[in-house]
Amino acid sequence: MTPHMLTRSLDRGATIFLAVVAACGILIPLSNLLLPAGSFLQVPTYLVALWGKYVCYAILALAIDLIWGYCGILSLGHGAFFALGGYAMGMYLMRQIGARGVYGNPILPDFMVFLNWQKLPWYWYGFDMFWFAALMVLVVPGLLAFCFGWLAFRSRVTGVYLSIITQAMTYALLLAFFRNDFGFGGNNGLTDFKDILGFNVQAEGTRAALFALSCLALIAGFLICRAIVSSKLGKVLIAVRDAESRTRFLGYRVESYKLFVFTVSACMAGVAGALYVPQVGIINPSEFAPGNSIEAVIWVAVGGRGTLVGAALGAVVVNYAKTFFTSGMLAPYWLFMLGALFILVTLLLPKGIVGTFNAWWDSSKDKRNAASAAAEDGVTEPKMAE
Amino acid sequence: MPAHLSARLCSLALSLFLIAFALPALAGPFEDAVAKFANDDYSDTDEAIGVVASSGNPLAFPIISALQDGRLMADPDSKKVYVTGTDGKSIDAATGQAVASVPDSASAVRLNNRLRRSVDAALGSLTLQSPDVGTRLQAAQSVFKSHEETALEPVDAALAKETNRSVKAALGDARAAILLFKSDASEVEKLEAVATLKGRGDQEALALLTGMGDQPASVTKAATSAIGSIQNSLAIWSMVQNAWYGLSLGSVLLLAAIGLAITFGVMGVINMAHGEMVMIGAYTTFVVQEVIRTRYPGLFDYSLLIAVPLAFVVAGAIGVLIERSIIRFLYGRPLETLLATWGLSLVLQQAVRTMFGPTNREVGNPSWMSGAFELGQITITYNRLWILVFTLAVFAILLAMLRYTALGLEMRAVTQNRRMAASMGIATSRVDALTFGLGSGIAGIAGVALSQIDNVSPNLGQSYIIDSFMVVVFGGVGNLWGTLVGAFTLGIANKFLEPVAGAVLGKIAILVLIILFIQKRPRGLFALKGRAVEA
Repeated sequence: MTPHMLTRSLDRGATIFLAVVAACGILIPLSNLLLPAGSFLQVPTYLVALWGKYVCYAILALAIDLIWGYCGILSLGHGAFFALGGYAMGMYLMRQIGARGVYGNPILPDFMVFLNWQKLPWYWYGFDMFWFAALMVLVVPGLLAFCFGWLAFRSRVTGVYLSIITQAMTYALLLAFFRNDFGFGGNNGLTDFKDILGFNVQAEGTRAALFALSCLALIAGFLICRAIVSSKLGKVLIAVRDAESRTRFLGYRVESYKLFVFTVSACMAGVAGALYVPQVGIINPSEFAPGNSIEAVIWVAVGGRGTLVGAALGAVVVNYAKTFFTSGMLAPYWLFMLGALFILVTLLLPKGIVGTFNAWWDSSKDKRNAASAAAEDGVTEPKMAE
Repeated sequence: MPAHLSARLCSLALSLFLIAFALPALAGPFEDAVAKFANDDYSDTDEAIGVVASSGNPLAFPIISALQDGRLMADPDSKKVYVTGTDGKSIDAATGQAVASVPDSASAVRLNNRLRRSVDAALGSLTLQSPDVGTRLQAAQSVFKSHEETALEPVDAALAKETNRSVKAALGDARAAILLFKSDASEVEKLEAVATLKGRGDQEALALLTGMGDQPASVTKAATSAIGSIQNSLAIWSMVQNAWYGLSLGSVLLLAAIGLAITFGVMGVINMAHGEMVMIGAYTTFVVQEVIRTRYPGLFDYSLLIAVPLAFVVAGAIGVLIERSIIRFLYGRPLETLLATWGLSLVLQQAVRTMFGPTNREVGNPSWMSGAFELGQITITYNRLWILVFTLAVFAILLAMLRYTALGLEMRAVTQNRRMAASMGIATSRVDALTFGLGSGIAGIAGVALSQIDNVSPNLGQSYIIDSFMVVVFGGVGNLWGTLVGAFTLGIANKFLEPVAGAVLGKIAILVLIILFIQKRPRGLFALKGRAVEA
């Protein structure tokens, strides 16, 4: 594999991807707000919210691809970071309700009044300020990932073991958040949001802005991931993925690299969750379910692991299919299809959609190059190995 | 049993009883007393209760209990009294002869609170000497709980006649409880009572001793020491109980994890569809029981014995099919195996949901698995006990199979060094399929046992999958003994944490502890050593 070929293929995909996301981020909100309702080109508000959800999933998929595709860490608990970011945002939104709740208590959210709590628990302090909540969206998932990764990577828990304990982590959080006395609304979670930064969350303008913001976050996330993977650090990550012991023997502190990328990825997942909550209007403990995290991994596998573009694409494709099939007559068969997707992608399409396309594109290009080169001196370039 | 059937049986028993014992209708003290019920006067009724209860007449119990339930009808005109049975049939209270109907002028004999107490006491003493052992025992226990002073005489009377050992002990306890609270009982009697209660040594005795109020100094002193010793023994018993619950939970965990110890531990295949194999075993039990219910109801007690081999075959066959069609293409790619088998688990769940519906299906306990027995202060249910025994049996058979059979030898050879085994003429791919089938089959057997204590629904497997992986990872991959120790350690730790931290927090604590433990010993309690580890 020659480096210039990798960057070339990345550049081509990346440019198209960034252009598409930016175009969506600008055109969809504009069409929703400016065109008259019912016109052919107008995107209805429910679709804006739906696609906003997909974009958040795409950010989560990017985060997973960064660690799985480039560093070989298969986390089955990334939904936990997503949900924690979501809860941080949810807490801000709950505090914004103020006295407009059912019980009209200016400080305590409804569920606390319902549980007869007298004062706000200490961990809810500060969430009435947006900057603090926004900081927590990054800090809480990042800190958890840092502590978890620090313990796991230093003691060289790798591969399947790591996957299983990340799953245990999100399962433990699931059980904890289901408890009422944990102070996060128990199994009802946080909902009935009113305002975000003074704008009504239900308003069309706010929804369009949130959608644009999500697209912006996706672009930013993509650029950050690309900066990481195309830097020298990214090359070390790929080396860790392909031969961890060898990289360690070469003198790299493997655990530091893994810890860095794992924490970055968790922060990204947190941001995705924080953007997800105001658009969906609810966050509850079921977001912690291990099944959700595993489903997010399959988005990446479908799109193509280690391609970044593919991860985002996979998230959108699979979730679009899910929406399409679970709303029609085919609803009982959706789980069959999702299950079959898991099996078929791993068996028949291990590189995913984008990976397979890239391989095909490059090999056909190689053939053309080789044909012209062979005409000159008969030397063929080595084939690209994924 | 439907209500009308039981009512009919009662009335049948009652009429047989009456035919056998009905006395000739002579006007005696009993008949006079019965007639007093018709006076509609509270003091007459009270007197009548006393006479009837002490008459020894077989009609006494039906009359007093009818009085309690408001089924004793009295006709003020004819001074006749009738007992209306729960089935609506009536008898003449004085003679016991059946009557066609109660006259319209009759109305239920009225009671006030004082009379209700007399009725209760009368019933208590009547049941204390009932011919049925169970009734006597129950009566003695209820006297123990109420410890009314008025019950002392009937208890003494019953104690003199009692021959059954357990009833006698219960009556002795009841007597002690009464004496302890009787203000004019002698100090010696009270000390004896304290000693009796100390011997009983359970929560109820403790409650009586702590709530006994003012007593002579010597009695208080004896009671304090008795309370101390009862509390100690109760603490020990609660430890024993926790240990038993822990063993029971551990056996369930072990059962769910044994199959995984083969597929994951020995073969290294991450089978996320393992829980669904357990579910398939449980549904096999359901189908077997359905067939038995409709065709051969007599065989119901053997349903589990039939289901065990069937579940093994069904789940094992599905396992072989999965290995041949999916897993064999993914050897050496554990993360991909994980995803593919997760997908498979979704498909299997949905398939079962489509075939059997999304709700819980009913799987019954055979008679030898229902019920419980007492061991000291703890209650042991038969189904939990059998599951523990069954789990250990499965474990022992599996261990023996791996060690002493040709297939077991081949399995170990293939997992230790695949190429060398192949060179020695072992058909490695056939062994792979059989090993995976074995692991799945054992998961199916686990499903049969778990169907007895858990809901049989399409989600059955999912609730066990994380726990099973925890057990295998904690115990050490590739080591069956590790799985055994891991399962029981986790089970017991969980049950000892539960009273302290609550069920959910206890479970979270266990998960966190395992996560921390894996950091310390990434390969589990009993790790394999050597080159195979890195492979």
